[in-house]
This record gives sequence, structure tokens and C-alpha cells, in this order.
Amino acid sequence: MTRLNSAAELEQLRAGILSSRDPAKPCIAVCAGAACHGLDSVRVAQAFQAEVAKLGPGAGLEVRVTGCHGYCEKGPNVVVDPEGICYFEVKPEDVPEIIACTLKKEVVERLVYAHPDTGERAVHIGEVPFYKHQMRLLIGDNTRIDPMRIDDYLALGGYGALAKALFQMTPGQVLDEVKKANLRGRGGGGFPAGLKWETAKNAPGKDKYVIVNAHEGEPGAFMDRALFTGNPHKVLEGLIIGAYAIGSHRGFIYTRHDSPQLICHIEQALAQAEEYGLLGENILGSGFDFRVEVHYDVGIFVSGESSALMRSIEGNPPEPRPKYIRTSVAGIWDRPSNLNNVETWANVPQIISRGADWYRGIGTEGSKGTKLVSLSGNVVNSGVVEVPMGTPLRTIVYDIGGGIPGGKAAKAVHFGGPMGGSIPANLIDAPLDFDELAKLGAPIGAGGLLVMDEDTDMVDVARYFLEFLTNESCGKCVPCREGMRQTLKVLTNITKGKGREGDIARLEDLNDVTGAACLCALGRTASDPLKSMLRYFKVEYETQIARGSEGRSGNAAGSAAT
Amino acid sequence: MSDVVMQIDGKEVKAGGDMTVLQAARAAGIHIPTLCHHDKLEPFGACRMCMVEVETRGRMSYVVSCLYPVAKDLVVRTRSERVDKIRRVILEELLAHAPNSPELVELAREYRADRDRFDKDPSFCILCGLCVRYCAEVKQKNAVDFIERGALREISFIPEIAKKECWECQECFALCPTSYAQAAYFLTEALAFPGRRKASAQSA
Repeated sequence: MTRLNSAAELEQLRAGILSSRDPAKPCIAVCAGAACHGLDSVRVAQAFQAEVAKLGPGAGLEVRVTGCHGYCEKGPNVVVDPEGICYFEVKPEDVPEIIACTLKKEVVERLVYAHPDTGERAVHIGEVPFYKHQMRLLIGDNTRIDPMRIDDYLALGGYGALAKALFQMTPGQVLDEVKKANLRGRGGGGFPAGLKWETAKNAPGKDKYVIVNAHEGEPGAFMDRALFTGNPHKVLEGLIIGAYAIGSHRGFIYTRHDSPQLICHIEQALAQAEEYGLLGENILGSGFDFRVEVHYDVGIFVSGESSALMRSIEGNPPEPRPKYIRTSVAGIWDRPSNLNNVETWANVPQIISRGADWYRGIGTEGSKGTKLVSLSGNVVNSGVVEVPMGTPLRTIVYDIGGGIPGGKAAKAVHFGGPMGGSIPANLIDAPLDFDELAKLGAPIGAGGLLVMDEDTDMVDVARYFLEFLTNESCGKCVPCREGMRQTLKVLTNITKGKGREGDIARLEDLNDVTGAACLCALGRTASDPLKSMLRYFKVEYETQIARGSEGRSGNAAGSAAT
Repeated sequence: MSDVVMQIDGKEVKAGGDMTVLQAARAAGIHIPTLCHHDKLEPFGACRMCMVEVETRGRMSYVVSCLYPVAKDLVVRTRSERVDKIRRVILEELLAHAPNSPELVELAREYRADRDRFDKDPSFCILCGLCVRYCAEVKQKNAVDFIERGALREISFIPEIAKKECWECQECFALCPTSYAQAAYFLTEALAFPGRRKASAQSA
């Protein structure tokens, strides 16, 4: 690899990569995302590679091992480009047939999508119901990229936005574009990224930091991992652009120590970007310097909370600290530190290359662009979904998700994991929108959407989330540690049929104080699931408590009689 | 930093620009209850008893006064129905651990906290961290620290350090609102250097 010293050299390199590739040559993309990996997609990929090797250099097709395609339910996934033919649940023994058919320009009919009810077939990615209702601006490139090869990203126009920012725009113009796009943080709060950048940019001090929060510790959230593992350069490019806008020369990627594939891809991406001169000193000859280091968590959920994360990068225990002074003003080592999550950074390159006006054309008044959603629970098709903001939840659950398995009815949809909320199925026409869903009590959070069917016990759902958070709280402040401990006790008692009179009031008091008085967002939002349950499913709680009280008085009467 | 004028409980208060709301209130003779605060230690913000209502630019929020910086024209209310409720529930949560701690009992009276509201879990420690932070910040010995997290969090003396440092010090005992620091220390003594207390009593 040669170091690139200008935007022109980047374009030359890109032209060279493209000219060496035959766009008509079939390319078989084998998904190695987390779910497919778990379904042994490694053996499928190996089988493809072995078969192609047997065919020799003139094979007439190539194999690409990629990140997550999205349709986790039907893995291992295989997509044959350029046509975009989708094969599902592919086994190593299917490989020779797929190769033979691909070479003959035929389709392996038995491996394409068939609708479970009608049997109707869908061959191409744009026709498969799971995909056709989506708008895959961020995750869509995953099938076309081997995350270990920067050239694949460059072939798709990668780092073009960076070159544009560095050579055609001032840092202020980059910032204005992101502000104008009204890109809102995808990590949970939905805070406008541009305003955060501006705060960090204007904060006093020479040393400023930018951070990718790739912790994603929330149960039921797996979209950031899918995006970052599958397309690490997209996130990195966004980060470098952000650093340029803010005036930062040092960046951090904070991720989980237990995602070896992600770590491997990030490290490879950093090394390759540096070799090309897209990272490090004098990026693309622009005079802008920027370095990135990777930090790992210590295995606890709260390390994803921004102030705890920054403490962790400093080398301290990941305990949140109060943010009366924002981390964008005083973060890591009390210096201005701008943190955004994976998906937020990944949105930046397209905003710069296609412009804020284009971006604002997607989504709703208050929520722009697309949103990645991790769809799971009692739904036919679980997987990673990307839809424009404003898409009705019904579309996600029924058209994309295929509805509820076993012909059952939906009872609730839950957003945002243990710090989110549940809304009843009759509100399923609500749009995917930061503000609308927050109003209903199911804030998008990071984007984990859990579908629950009619058999779901809503007391047990709240209990489950509380159990998770009780173990994951850092334990520093009283309303979080003690409030959750007591809430969990009350909920556990109710689920065991030991509910008592006054439990609802106890839960409401505990929840109210936890929500108001906790030190960090983990504690303050830990009360959200239960809050939504008591808003929409209180009767179910009351019934279970009453059953407990009756049970006890019944027993007492029984023992008195003997 | 220059002084600022603000309002606490309807009273105009002048405060140093680098003060916290708690410091400003105390300087003005206004009482705010605390459990984890100590003048010699960095504010910790863990017990949340010192929460107050603040109004700034028309927006009301609940903040811990031990950490919240003063600001010009800030309006602070140290008591309100909601502030009292927060303090009451926090006390009820802590009383489940240390139902007879004099400090807690007295505060419970003031805030009408019911010590039997929640299931008892008599661990005695309320994790205010006074011992931990005093040892780290004032004595700079780090002989006692937090271990575990969430609901499992507790304090523990580190035997190797305690053996060297604690015998001559024991200053943290007097800070402890529940006497648990002492109990934890004696357990460490029994494990790490048994016999020393008896030997020293006999030689005295």
C-alpha cells in the first residue's frame, strides 16, 4: 500500500481498484455476522472458498466473507451479486450447487425465500419481504464489503466524504452541515449531534477528544455490532470528519473486550487507514493530524454510560459522575470530549457527501435519516432492520418482521431494553420517532425492539429487566442501588404469588425516586420499563397482587381449619 | 471567581463563584441534610439526601447540592413536597439496612420515613463511602475500599494494607454512621493479624 498525499491520489487509487474489478463477475457474499457465525457460517464460507480454489484462477466468480446482512432469522445468509440473489439457511453441502448454478446464471430455487403462508418466492434482495420495506443506507453496504479489506470500502466511494470535508470545507462548514441535517444521537438520548459537536468545538482548551461509543451492552441490541463489525471504515470515516470539525487530534474507540471479531476488524481498519494516510499525521496531505486508539470495557454494562466510559478510558473504575458540567466541556481528563455512538458516526459521511438537504428529506420533522433497529422477541423474522424514521412500528413488526409466530396476537412492543418502555399492541401504528415514542413511554433508546405476544407476563418482563440492572448498576448512589434492589424484591414477590397490599404504591414510590434522584442515566432510566408497565398494564399487576393476597388468606383459612 | 447572588429558600444569598449550592447554603446558615458529605473530602454525590430543587432560566430540576455549582440568579428550594419525598424514600431504603443508625433514625423522624416500609436486609453498611474516601483522600492509604458492584457492593479492608496502617489510625470509625466500618475492620483483624489486640492488652 502506498501513502496517499492528496484527494487526487485517493481518487486515482479508487479508479485503480474499480478498473481491476469486473462488475459483472459474480460475487458470493457469505454472512459472518454474529448470528450467522453462531449457525456455523464459517463452514459455509470455507466450503465456498475451497470450491472456488478448485476451479482455479479462472473461476469466473469470487467469494467474499462479509459482516451481518441483517436477516439473522434465516442464516447463514448468502447473497450473490451483482443480481442480489438471496439464499437462506445455507449449509456447506449446498455450496457446489450454488456455485454451479451461479456460473450458469441460474438460481437455486430451493434456497430462495418462500413466504411461510403463501409459498410465494422472492429471489432478489429487493423482493424479499424482510428487506423490501427497509431503506438500508448504512447497513446495506455490508453485503458488498469484506471488513478486513479497505479496498472494498474505497470501491464504494469510501473516504470520499473525508476528502470533501478536508479540501472543500472548513471545519465550521462541516459542523454547520451536520447541524443542518439535524442528526440526532443514536445511542439513546437523541440529542442533536451537531449541538454536542459545537459545544466541544467552542469549549476552552487545546486538547479535545472524540469518542466512538461501541459498547452496546444492552440486552436485545445488536445493530451497532452488526454495523461496526461489517463496515468499520464507515464509522471511522465519520469519526475523522467529526474530529476535523471539532478540532480534535485524538480519538478513542471504546468497545467490548468480548467481541473478538469486532476488535479484529477495528484494528485492521485502523492499520489500513493509517497505511493509506487516511489516519495519523497529515491526513491526505491536508495538514490535519488525527490518531485513534482502541479501549476495552471491563465487562460491565454501565461502562457504556458516557461519563463512566470516559472514567474507564482514563484508567479509573467505570463509575458515572454527575454531568452538571457536560462531558463535551469536561470529559476525559476534564478536557472537552465529544462522544457519539457507532450509528451516529456512521451517518456522518453520507451527510457530508450527499448534503444535509438530502438527509433532511428522509424521516420526520424531528427525527431525520434512517434508524437501525434490532428486532427480536416473539416475531417471525428477527434481525437487524434499517428503516426511515417515521416508519410505523406496524411495518417493522408485521411487514418486515413477519408478525407474531404461532398465529398469536401481539401484546406489546418494547423499545430500548432494560432502560426503555413497553407500549401495548393497540399503539403499534405509532411512528418510529424519537419524540413520539418518548411521549408514549417507549423511547427508542439505542434501538432494540422486542416484540411480546399475548402470553407474556408483564410483571415478569419488568422483573427481568430489573434483575439485569440490579447486577449492572455500579452501586454508587442510593436510589439506583437500593431502589432497584427493593423494586426487584417487590416484583419477584408478585411473580411468585406473594404480592401484598400496598405493592403498587411501593413500586410507584420507588420508581418515582429512582427516576428522579439517580446520579446517572442508567439509574434515572432504570425506572422507565416499570413506569410504562404501570401506565399501560397496571390491571395485570393488580390482578397478580390480588391473587397473591387471596392465596395467603386462603392458606391461612385452610390452616386454621385443620 | 467573582461572587454571585442567588436565592435559597426565598432568601437572597451571596456566594463565592466556585462554591457548590451546599456550601453556599451552609454559609448562609441554611441546613441541607447529607449522609456522604464531609468537609475534608471531595463531594461524592452518592447518598442523594442533599437533593434540592433548582430553577434556572425557568427550568426546574432536581440536583445534588453537594456537587451542583452556584450560578447567578439561581433559585434553590431546599424543601418541597417532592424533595421531601425523595429524602423519605431514600431513608426508607437505607433503614432496611441499618434500622437503628442514630443519624438515620433522627432524619427518619424529620422526613416521616417508615423504617419498616421495605424488606429488611441488615447489612448495616449504607455505603456512604466516608471510610473509603477518608482513607484514600486524607490518609492516602487506601486500606479500605468498595468491592463488587450494584446490589452486591460492600466495603472491605484490604488485609495487607490494614495490617500495616490501620492499627495506629482507626480514624474512619468515628465517621461511620452505622459502626459498620469498625465491624469490617475487626473482621479483617481476625483474619489478617489475629492476636495482636490481645497481646497489646496484656502488655499494657
